[in-house]
Amino acid sequence: MENVYFDYAATTPVDERVVEAMLPFFSERFGNANALYSLGRDAHRGLEEYRERFAAAIGAKKPDEVLFTGAGTESDNAALIGILPRIAKGGGAHLIVSAYEHHAILEPAHWLEKRGYDVTYLKPRSDGHIHADDLAAAMQENTKLVSIMHGNNEIGALNDIKALAEVAHAGGALMHTDAAQTLGKAAFDVGVLGVDAASFSAHKIYGPKGVGGMYLKAGTRFDPLLKGGGQEFKKRSGTQNLAGVVGFTVALELMLADQDTEMPRLAVLRDRLIEGITSQLENTEATAQGGERLPNIAPLLIKGVEGEAMLLQLDNRGIAVSTGSACSSGSLEPSHVLLSCGIPQEVAHGSLRLSLGRQTTDAHVDYFLEVFPPIVERLRAMSPVYTRMFGSS
Amino acid sequence: MLYTEKVMEHFNNPRNVGVIEDADGVGEVGNPTCGDIMKITIKVGDDDRINDLRFQTLGCGAAIATSSIVTEMARGMSIQDAAAITKRQVADELGGLPAAKMHCSVLATDGLKVAVDDYLKRHGREPISGEIKSADPNYDPHADEDDPHGDEDGHGDGLHDDG
Repeated sequence: MENVYFDYAATTPVDERVVEAMLPFFSERFGNANALYSLGRDAHRGLEEYRERFAAAIGAKKPDEVLFTGAGTESDNAALIGILPRIAKGGGAHLIVSAYEHHAILEPAHWLEKRGYDVTYLKPRSDGHIHADDLAAAMQENTKLVSIMHGNNEIGALNDIKALAEVAHAGGALMHTDAAQTLGKAAFDVGVLGVDAASFSAHKIYGPKGVGGMYLKAGTRFDPLLKGGGQEFKKRSGTQNLAGVVGFTVALELMLADQDTEMPRLAVLRDRLIEGITSQLENTEATAQGGERLPNIAPLLIKGVEGEAMLLQLDNRGIAVSTGSACSSGSLEPSHVLLSCGIPQEVAHGSLRLSLGRQTTDAHVDYFLEVFPPIVERLRAMSPVYTRMFGSS
Repeated sequence: MLYTEKVMEHFNNPRNVGVIEDADGVGEVGNPTCGDIMKITIKVGDDDRINDLRFQTLGCGAAIATSSIVTEMARGMSIQDAAAITKRQVADELGGLPAAKMHCSVLATDGLKVAVDDYLKRHGREPISGEIKSADPNYDPHADEDDPHGDEDGHGDGLHDDG
């Protein structure tokens, strides 16, 4: 079997229907949405039509609460850097982010910290979730902004954003959530969750790369990250990527159209993967299996094997996966997500993340379950310490 | 970060995997926390030449490939020459290593050095490599990045990430 893709949480192929919807906006409807002549007005109508549809899909009250950006990373940066200094008005302010956020949140948080803001990196509990009680305990008098991801990209834990937003608001802070992994996959409605800001990414849901989205509740004080011609209601300058906006919106609508059947289908495949591996191979487990989880992420820990070695061997067999091992990333430590959940370094080196999507079938799962155990057994047999650490069997 | 074909070839078909049960010298370096552990066992002839050697490695593609190639390089060498193999020579032999992976070739050369010293000590002779940091259970491979075995040959770490 060739090209078995288990890395949908990294990116997805663009859906053909999305491509089709985008095409006119590269050619006959190519106008600048900010121009006054008819070609421009047509593009503008297109932009606002899709913005309305996007706003409706996420439960925003008004279309101008939706901003389109160049990436989920940009939306995350804008949420932190655009909101916190504006609220703090030169005075000090306290920011709370979870310790297992994507780097698109952690790096701007570090950046703010270097510029004098107080930042708390709130750890998940061992179940992989950020608990409202823990957030309440971390709130301070001058906490102005809380940013906690909806679903975690490595372990799939789904946080109770509604409860967390209530805690943030009770303490006088605004609430942002990074929903890049959850939009279209888990129930997401800004009104129900009660967030003030949220970040989205098109390429995680069969849309194009280079398009992000941001929800910014009406009235939220915000300084634009990109300053210029004043597009996107003066909140994000730069000529709008109209084809990208169209692609993102259609991709989202397609996700929502079959969410009720597709997500349970993926959950069954995910559970087959986890059950198949943990029952066939000793010293393996799935990470953070307590509470609500994304249906498409199977986070595995394969003890006594290094992640990159597994990844490369799987690649030899046409299977694409991710690992949180240090050696795969070029960074010096294993995944900050796994470490934040209390998983020891020596175990985190053996992490493997399989993420599932539209093209994943039972046959793919069968193939993985057939190919993977011998790879692990071979690598363990090559290890000088496997027997010493885990005993023989 | 790309591996050369030769790295992949050694990773996919590692040479000299295993343990020599009646080894004349044993070297084990690295630890589970840093994710890489290499054990090397050697047989040494009366002429101080390495007749046979086997390795076991827990680690990434580069760790396994550097272990494999160092066992090929050292076979038939005098113990003095084997202990003098540098990480740069190992990386060069593999057609280069990504900069972030150079510590893996340190592990391979260190494992060999420790095995040679173990042989010398067993015969009441003076070890030749001195202290090997990675043989320490608290070894941190990255603390090492701009130091010891680093620049024996005057090249910096970042030059060989050409893949």
